[in-house]
Amino acid sequence: METKTSILDVELIRSEFPILSRKVNGQPLVYLDNGATSQKPLSVISAISKYYTYQNSNIHRGIHTLSQEATTAYEEARTTVQQFINAEHTHEVIFTSGTTGSINLIASVFGKKHLKEGDEIIISTMEHHSNIVPWQMICEEKGAILKVVPINDKGEFLMSEYENLLSDKTKLVAITHVSNTLGTINPAKEIIAKAHQKGALVLIDGAQAVPHTKVDVQELDCDFYAFSGHKMFGPTGVGILYGKEDLLNNLPPYQGGGDMIKTVTFEKTTYNELPHKFEAGTPNIVGGIGLAAAIDYINKIGIDKIEAYEHELLTYATEQIKQVEGVQIIGEAEKKASVLSFVVEGTHPTDIGTIIDKLGIAIRTGHHCTEPLMNRFNIPGTARATFSFYNTFNEVDIFINALKRAIKMLL
Amino acid sequence: MTIQESQEEIVEEFALFDEWMDKYEHIIELGKDLPIIKEQHKTEENLIKGCQSRVWLYAEMKGENIIYTANSDAIITKGIIALMIRVFSNHTPKEIAQSDLFFIDQIGLKEHLSPTRSNGLVSMVKQIKMYSIAFQAKA
Repeated sequence: METKTSILDVELIRSEFPILSRKVNGQPLVYLDNGATSQKPLSVISAISKYYTYQNSNIHRGIHTLSQEATTAYEEARTTVQQFINAEHTHEVIFTSGTTGSINLIASVFGKKHLKEGDEIIISTMEHHSNIVPWQMICEEKGAILKVVPINDKGEFLMSEYENLLSDKTKLVAITHVSNTLGTINPAKEIIAKAHQKGALVLIDGAQAVPHTKVDVQELDCDFYAFSGHKMFGPTGVGILYGKEDLLNNLPPYQGGGDMIKTVTFEKTTYNELPHKFEAGTPNIVGGIGLAAAIDYINKIGIDKIEAYEHELLTYATEQIKQVEGVQIIGEAEKKASVLSFVVEGTHPTDIGTIIDKLGIAIRTGHHCTEPLMNRFNIPGTARATFSFYNTFNEVDIFINALKRAIKMLL
Repeated sequence: MTIQESQEEIVEEFALFDEWMDKYEHIIELGKDLPIIKEQHKTEENLIKGCQSRVWLYAEMKGENIIYTANSDAIITKGIIALMIRVFSNHTPKEIAQSDLFFIDQIGLKEHLSPTRSNGLVSMVKQIKMYSIAFQAKA
């Protein structure tokens, strides 16, 4: 059944993503693994190709024209990101290798400067390993303590438990904006405000939020915000760390190398200013430029329209999957974004994934890098379909039919 | 039947299936019939942990031969394990150590032995060989 929606011209959008017209195992590809990575529109692919064809040069240090052109393109990309997340200053936008790189950066430099024995860091049960392990590492090093905010059976953040955990010992709170496994949209603004009342800083893991919803870092009042290029239609290997200017200025550099210094002598090195202080070595120049092209693409379609369309798609998929016998949805928060995680009674997620892959459908199965969350639900993993604005209602139908077929084979 | 002959027999059996679906249905059936590992051997020590599914493998000597028993929490993995056990179990350590595994490729299930799948099968093949070498050393 094709439900009509006039929010987006999805057929036109699909024609701009070349990979969506390929076949997999002899079947038209139905790509529902957008939570792992998104596909790339032609405008991003051609920005990457154009860079290597016409602009390739090292940045920030060349006297020649080509280097200046490449530097301009890279710094314009930074401005594009700044406007996209509404940061106050361009130099509050640090290019990193991705969300993981951004979180490790803050965990390392914040820990080095501010953490001492007995201090506490708060995360939640639904965090991705990338927002658990860096904090565990720095806590172990400094003798600090990691506290975990529990969730309810629907997969929602428990605000009252959070309030109980917050104390004068809390130095930093690191919470995901949108859960990659459950789809839960966390009340980031409230979480941030409550931490600030206790004098703690807040890092938001925005990897799963930025592709689906409007993010305004000033409105959120977050101290740090991390996200990846490849989940928002840009290239892999590039991501962003946003940080408030005064906080970033007061943190020590992360890695040493070229570009992050002002002067170097064997006696003493002085560090460069923001944002370069945190960007040692030749960066992923083409990654930054590709990411800016992806943001231009999102802006062309409109993030509000994307959010509204994906909401319809998720609602439809949820209704449909609830009618399949034996299916249990994992993650039924009131506010959800584009993620449909589920288990099927009597089957293993990997078997479901293997069979529907044969039918051309790409989903993810396993623990989704959230093992503690799987333990919370007492399951080995889930099957997870994640939607993007280029997915159609018809694809949801194909997916549901394939799921039914897989269940029939397996039981 | 030698290890070589068992593998050839499986390749012949699978040649009957034109459709991937029939092939997978057969594997699923084999998985359901697998003589599973005894509960006492389903230990952490015998667990091969993949990212996607878990595999337990146990080996013991019976006379001259190694007997393998195994299990998995995923049925397709279990079906492939059943085939492996049919090929390798009840042979001498020397025969197992010297054998080549070719049937998985030939019946078109190579993708399941790809390290990226992380279903524990690659490690299981290694473990089957390790046991044969270990028992050989003991003999």
